[in-house]
Amino acid sequence: MATKKKVRLKPKAMVKKPKKIEKPLAKQWADGKKPKKAAAQKTKTAKPKTSSGKHSKTNGKANGKAKTNGAKSGLKKTSSAKPVAPPKHAETANPTFPPHVGPYKVIGTRPIRHDGVDKVTGRAIYGNDFTLAGLVHAKILRSPHAHARIKSIDTSAAEKMPGVVAVVTGRDFPNLKDKIADLGEGSVNLAHLSANCLAHDKALYRGHAVAAVAAKSVHEATEAIRAIKVEYEPLPHTTWILDAMKDDAPLLHEDLHTDEMGKPGHGPTNISKHIHFERGDVDKAFAKADVVIERQFKTASVHQGYIEPHVATALWNQDGHLAIWTSTQGSFTCRAQTAELLQIPVSQVTVTPLEIGGGFGGKIAVYCEPVAALLSRKCGKPVKLSMNRDEVFEGTGPTPGSFMRVKLGATKDGKLVAGEAWLAYDAGAYPGGMIGPGCMCVFSCYDIPNARVDGYDVVLNKPKTQAYRAPGSTHAAYACEGVIEELAEKLQLDPIEFRLKNAAKEGTVRVDGPKYPRIGLVEVLRAARDSDHWQSPLTGPNRGRGIACGFWFNIGLKSSVAANVNGDGTVTLIEGSTDIGGTRTSIAMQLAETLGIAAEDVHPRVVDTDSVGYTDVTGGSRVTFATGLAAYRVGLDLREQMAARAAELWDCQPSEVTFKDGSFRNKTNSISFKELAVKLQFTGEPVVGRASVDPQGSTNGFAAHIADVEVDPETGKVTILRYTAIQDAGKAIHPSYVEGQMQGGAVQGIGWAFNEEYFFDDAGRMRNASFLDYRMPTALDVPMIDTIIVEVPNPDHPYGVRGVGEPPIVPPPAALASAVYKATGLRFYELPMSPPKVCQAILSAK
Amino acid sequence: MKDFEYAAATTLDEAVSLLAAAGTRAKVLAGGTDILVQLREHLRDADLVVDIKKIPDLMAMRYDANQGLSLGASVPCYRIYEDDIISRAYPALTDSARIIGGWQIQSRASIGGNLCNASPAADSIPSLIALDAQCRVVGPQGTRKIPVAEFCTAPGKNALQQGEILVALEIPPPSARSGSRYERFIPRNEMDIAVVGVAVSVRLNEAGDTIESARIALAAVAPTPVFAREASDFLSGKPATPETFEQAGIEARKVAKPISDMRGPADYRVHLVGVLVKRVLAEAVQRAK
Amino acid sequence: MSKKLHVTTTLNGQPTEFLCEARQSLLEVLRDVVGLTGSKEGCNNGNCGACTVLLDGLPVNSCLVLGVEVEGAQVTTIEGIADGSHLHPIQQCFLEGAALQCGICTPGFIMASKALLEKNPNPSEHEIRFELAGNLCRCTGYDKIVRAVQEAAVALK
Repeated sequence: MATKKKVRLKPKAMVKKPKKIEKPLAKQWADGKKPKKAAAQKTKTAKPKTSSGKHSKTNGKANGKAKTNGAKSGLKKTSSAKPVAPPKHAETANPTFPPHVGPYKVIGTRPIRHDGVDKVTGRAIYGNDFTLAGLVHAKILRSPHAHARIKSIDTSAAEKMPGVVAVVTGRDFPNLKDKIADLGEGSVNLAHLSANCLAHDKALYRGHAVAAVAAKSVHEATEAIRAIKVEYEPLPHTTWILDAMKDDAPLLHEDLHTDEMGKPGHGPTNISKHIHFERGDVDKAFAKADVVIERQFKTASVHQGYIEPHVATALWNQDGHLAIWTSTQGSFTCRAQTAELLQIPVSQVTVTPLEIGGGFGGKIAVYCEPVAALLSRKCGKPVKLSMNRDEVFEGTGPTPGSFMRVKLGATKDGKLVAGEAWLAYDAGAYPGGMIGPGCMCVFSCYDIPNARVDGYDVVLNKPKTQAYRAPGSTHAAYACEGVIEELAEKLQLDPIEFRLKNAAKEGTVRVDGPKYPRIGLVEVLRAARDSDHWQSPLTGPNRGRGIACGFWFNIGLKSSVAANVNGDGTVTLIEGSTDIGGTRTSIAMQLAETLGIAAEDVHPRVVDTDSVGYTDVTGGSRVTFATGLAAYRVGLDLREQMAARAAELWDCQPSEVTFKDGSFRNKTNSISFKELAVKLQFTGEPVVGRASVDPQGSTNGFAAHIADVEVDPETGKVTILRYTAIQDAGKAIHPSYVEGQMQGGAVQGIGWAFNEEYFFDDAGRMRNASFLDYRMPTALDVPMIDTIIVEVPNPDHPYGVRGVGEPPIVPPPAALASAVYKATGLRFYELPMSPPKVCQAILSAK
Repeated sequence: MKDFEYAAATTLDEAVSLLAAAGTRAKVLAGGTDILVQLREHLRDADLVVDIKKIPDLMAMRYDANQGLSLGASVPCYRIYEDDIISRAYPALTDSARIIGGWQIQSRASIGGNLCNASPAADSIPSLIALDAQCRVVGPQGTRKIPVAEFCTAPGKNALQQGEILVALEIPPPSARSGSRYERFIPRNEMDIAVVGVAVSVRLNEAGDTIESARIALAAVAPTPVFAREASDFLSGKPATPETFEQAGIEARKVAKPISDMRGPADYRVHLVGVLVKRVLAEAVQRAK
Repeated sequence: MSKKLHVTTTLNGQPTEFLCEARQSLLEVLRDVVGLTGSKEGCNNGNCGACTVLLDGLPVNSCLVLGVEVEGAQVTTIEGIADGSHLHPIQQCFLEGAALQCGICTPGFIMASKALLEKNPNPSEHEIRFELAGNLCRCTGYDKIVRAVQEAAVALK
């Protein structure tokens, strides 16, 4: 139970009240009669479940999320506009099956993805493949200093270099001081966002963009930026969180005061925010616990590591219209950010999303777009601004480094009674890092009645952090799961049984307040326990097996789609969710299932911001869930319209027409979707469907990973022998791509665990800003990643979908730490657990 | 990248005169896998790039059991390990060629280029040293030979004078009952620069139980690759046993004077020298049998 | 600025000529001069393999080859391996095996895999991983890529 002392994350006005007008989603596809409250069934498999109907309120509470600029976990707007009811026809549509019931014709199959051929033939157009007549190329000049005042910038020599057509600096941005914008994911300090694109008066990290040049060729732009003369006054810098938190630390922002749980606190400081969650009576509970373990943890900055560097093309036309073509995770947020930074109306900007070579949260904030736009306005030509690989490392957004302290208390028979966490995450050079989600996730897998979390967002002289796949949760899991493992050992309990005993379930209240609806952690843990991997013996010296679990909210947020029925019985689906991992197909499959047609008969198209309704980012593990929900709804819309046409054809009432198994029927007639589609042109206006959704709350993804390792005791090198990822997907629409998310996230987590880190020298310079020394796993570094998909259907989605993209990166470092412990008898409290550290620990222990 | 001129020499004389005339403004282009990166990152500078891959001598690979191996300086790595005879005669060299970068790098990068680039961590140089290789160098003053062990003078710097070009590496024929091996320690399993690299070449007695002679060379533990003379001499006449191998490792550590950098702390590297020498020696002995 | 050089080569089986500066890499030439954007830039220093093409049958990082160096050579890119309207079996296996997510590394992997299966028609899992270690993927975790190559080995027999 939350105590009175519990402090809200943000001012009360910003907490979204539960919608009064819209019926809870679970009820919208019921028979249209008043739903009865059905008892929740406790099945482990993909059996259909009826919803309990209680969760809508609790999901509303789950909106108390942290402010994270550009982060994947969405924030609710401070909008005072009333939520709009969904169109009536969607509500009254009469689905032929209650939710979560198979057998499905399309869902669960593995069709070839719709954009697949273009991607295996090299025909797909990614950000840097795009070209326009007259295109010029731009490059950015970056600060060599980790912290410096910019005294002057002399671009005159650069302007005279061969091929140069335009030069811009931070002065070319409009003055955005004190401007805060609501970009649909919480407030963003525009001055900070703009300064991160091109510095104003200070360079706050090595790699901070300072000026940009457009020239006829990339080579000419690259040579020209070297001719720009910048006068810097270097300042003391700091790249370690605890140093940045000290009273005498070099300050990055002279006007930064700590946001103390919504109120302005002490300053100037580098601590931009303090979050506090609490429930129960923590001190009393610890005092009564039989076993208490407290440990400290450190993690280094790591980067998302997408293979495609950032790139954008901008054309600022003479009529004032700004067109942007870019690799982005969110064309609408890109549009909004760019418009705000340039202080032009959103309607003046069109963003066309190109194919994107990976994002993982790092391609939501804009970098290239506004700068390319400014250059384009100056020279009157389309400008393509691209980053080199080292710029991606030094100038975009790694995940925070962290320092964490976690303390857990349990009874001797293994019940967790108290938890305390102190988490400091760095935000890089500007406030607004991932501390919020970290605080919310740290104890999220467990039912701990008394818990307290303090989180600190700290700025320092590193690139501004951005979201990286379940941002903040991997760090927190490394800490919490580490203590869980030590507790289990001390209590002599099996690690899975200990977790099962304390696992969060439906009704568990998290430390930050929300009560979980139906979730699948218990099922995931049982599947792990019963897996072939866990049941097979592991023998041999220097070998060990570890397990860990993890959580990510997965968000809902807004999506819009439109759908056109074609005369050949296919449907074109217009959507705005950029496709990073195969979502064109997972969305198309949901529409196909709804219409009873083949997946190949739905043609998904990802379009620009003028051609589809507002759609939130491809991130937060939301697309298959939310845009899929929109696809479902548009399917219902199409069915209703077509039922009315069938009624015309058959001269009966629309209410007499039903839809089942791909055909419309009345008492005497039936016609397939395809046949009716052919006839549509003779029955009236075109059939065009639309749907807009804004599902609230989280779909709650839980994962558990099992890892077997072998450690070379003489070198400290760890080899992964076997790896299994287990996760609750709700319902796997396209199992191959669900497996792919699990495998990809696991391998990113493996890199994070053993080899990836930003290596800073004493001057605050990253020494390993290349794929040579920023060591991501190669194919030779990992084994096959086995997957087990658990399906505990999400009651808030007609097909039971839960987001799957983010949870897989949460357990790996913790699972691997536990495996290494079993192999060596040594615990590791720092990431990465690189060979020198492992070796040193082994040698010291001798 | 700064603009430069490109010239492809078809004879050695042409290459030498181009390089002599341009002096430090010219750079040699063999596989390109080091020099192009350095030019791009402004670590090295060139107004003229001289492509030497069209010079027959530099692309020739000649071996016979009496003369040994003459390996043209531009011969790409893959040609070494795809040649059964050469792979078997010089296993350490093959080990090195197999792990310089990945396959795409090995299709282009040459041992000669790896040597001239003179990185202290270069994977091929310890093998060349262990196999007692010589450099055949041609310049305006004529031809000269330099032992590989003396070729690297500082990180990134070699003994070539202005206008000189490395033409070939010459490795003596393997003796009977000899074996060699190269191994490096890297944090991943491929694609990394060596944290420590060790090459060993041994010759055993007829009975195969005693080491008649050995050469141990190390990478990444000093400003240049190192011939561990004392450790190598130590092995003469010693029994080919694990205790000997371990002791050799301890000896070899004495010449290791690494720095701490992002690839590894100094003391860790010294420790790894001991571990790797022990392991590589055992494998070289095994191959000699 | 130095004059552009005229290069004659064979590109995807077709005689091809182009003009380029000496400093332009083969990758730049393919993408910016010839207009074949299937080969991708991931790092521009030979560490990710996204730019892999076949040069005289060998997989190379085209970012580390100068455009002028392919005079008289055979260059094969991702655009050249399908047979008219039929995908190459490797391409088909990648599609069926869901061996791609964002797809940016896919052309490089397909080219390297093609070279691999031509050199070694029956590679073990270890050999596949070893020879493809020069191709980075951040999305898939490599599992489905390796399986697709194994399937392609069977399909090519």
